Amino acid sequence: MPESIAAEVRHLTVQYGDDRILNDIGFSVLRNEIFVILGGSGSGKSTLLRHMIGLERPVSGQVFIDTTDITARSESRFEDALKKIGVLFQSSALISSMTVGENVALPIAEFTDFSQKAIEKMVSGKLALVGLEPYARHLPSEISGGMKKRAGLARALALNPAILFLDEPSAGLDPVTAAEIDDLILDINHRLGTTIIIVTHELASIFAVARRVIMLDKSTRGIIAEGTPEQLKNECDHPFVRRFFHRQARNL
Amino acid sequence: MAAEKPSCTCEIFENSNGNLRISLSGPLTIGTAAPILAELAAIVKKKSFTALTLDLSNINAMDDYGALVLYELKNTILRPGQDFQVQNTPEKIKPVMALAMNPAASKNDFPARLSPSSARANLVAQTGVAAITQLKNITYFIAFIGSLVMAGQHIFRKPKSLRKQDILQHMKTTGVDALPVVALISTLLGLIMAFMSSLQLKQFGANLYVASLVALAMVSELGPIMTAIIVAGRSGSAYAAEISAMKISEEVDALRIMGFDPVLFLVIPRMAAAVVVVPILTMFANLFAICGGLVIGVTMLDLSTTSYISQTFNTLKLFELFWGLSKSFVFAILISGVGCLRGFQAKGGASAVGHAATSAVVSSIFLIVLFDSIFAVIRSYWR
Repeated sequence: MPESIAAEVRHLTVQYGDDRILNDIGFSVLRNEIFVILGGSGSGKSTLLRHMIGLERPVSGQVFIDTTDITARSESRFEDALKKIGVLFQSSALISSMTVGENVALPIAEFTDFSQKAIEKMVSGKLALVGLEPYARHLPSEISGGMKKRAGLARALALNPAILFLDEPSAGLDPVTAAEIDDLILDINHRLGTTIIIVTHELASIFAVARRVIMLDKSTRGIIAEGTPEQLKNECDHPFVRRFFHRQARNL
Repeated sequence: MAAEKPSCTCEIFENSNGNLRISLSGPLTIGTAAPILAELAAIVKKKSFTALTLDLSNINAMDDYGALVLYELKNTILRPGQDFQVQNTPEKIKPVMALAMNPAASKNDFPARLSPSSARANLVAQTGVAAITQLKNITYFIAFIGSLVMAGQHIFRKPKSLRKQDILQHMKTTGVDALPVVALISTLLGLIMAFMSSLQLKQFGANLYVASLVALAMVSELGPIMTAIIVAGRSGSAYAAEISAMKISEEVDALRIMGFDPVLFLVIPRMAAAVVVVPILTMFANLFAICGGLVIGVTMLDLSTTSYISQTFNTLKLFELFWGLSKSFVFAILISGVGCLRGFQAKGGASAVGHAATSAVVSSIFLIVLFDSIFAVIRSYWR
């Protein structure tokens, strides 16, 4: 694999029971880019993400994180690959019995050998990066949805992953908060050089952050378009892509 | 003047050649639709006619429920051969009528619910589905045991990965917090046992043996079982609910992705806490039950405190105590294991949490009784 590729999906096919969700999908994500996986509801974009981070195993095909094939059944290599990625889940998935600070400290304490003091310092640094430093002692239930996303982001960034996966980072947030999250994503990409892979369907964020986009479609179970957001909006003549980018309803 | 609830009324005109003409007036909306439909149905049933004309000129408002009245009248109430016609539809209600009388929308009935069990409602298929579900459960159970063993092995190699803080926390919630209810129930149990047995033993002047009976029954049988059932209800269900809620909110996935083994992180601390705490609770239960028996012995059976206690110690052998404690050790593993397993099996929304908690308690109580009988069989061969 060339040096410039951070992650690659080859011939990925996903099927639950008799329902085929994705059919022979392939694409690669370049280093340091912000890559967006688009699609309407039910197009399998979250499923694709779950397969890319190894939470589920595909029927066939491979997923490479860096140079490791995470679909191969090798637990130790999978764990190595896990250290290179950070994930922000759609529901933020903060451990609800722990404070925001403890959530961020969790991976740091487990996988590094720093003293308690040093870890605390690191945690406040990570929280400062997402603008949540004053909330380290709050429980996840005591902060707002947008703050939870930020906290989840801080935790995903805890071990400086090379690739960051974000599942609908701005879904369910008001436009201002969503824009702040977008700025944060750009900032992280710019400052830390992290490759970022985002699953979303928010048009505004796509134009704000995406460098390259693929679009999944429910009917073909595959990728129907690939390119920059502007290319997809102005040049693509696939009817679904047109409707998506111009917010038009299907003719019922 | 009191504001009257608007109602829809109908006026009937009949003419000789079998034509019926009904004029509706007032609003035909969600509030008035059902009564007027019943009224129209009664009229249609009573009269004989070949054509029905509905005059809507006095209708001042209509929604889709009103349109449903017309639809029902035309399609289900009128007999075949009776013509139906709508006249003088006011301009402003036409769009609503068009919406609800749209033949494409009303042709199909509700689609059947999209669940595999009701979609294939025949016995063979359902049996098959149930069998596959059971098989999956068994596979999951075996995988769970496997991951427990793996986690144990991991701890053996890296003792630091044991989450001691979590264990202490669970020891508190499972053990210390359960002490009041365990104490209360076992004291009452001791009182009851002593009282009931005294009714029989008194007749033979064997009052002193009440102490033996309470001590022996409690230490070797009832103490472990009662404690286990209380812990299953209090903590087994809590384990299942906590873990299933974490699973539903993607927390378990997040742990996995951060490189934590969910079994090591969530199950082992709970199991370790239960294994330590349940035998201790059992000892407390034994103690409190003996105290309860003592109260009855002293107040109702004319026994002295010393003779009751010395009789208790004479009856109990160390073997009995260890036998009871080893039982409660096994029960602790069962309760915590099943609780966590049910939590991990949960899928879906809020109802899955409730289901996990319920099935954790039911399965643990079943397993407690099953293993207690296995213990009884072992013992009958042992001595």
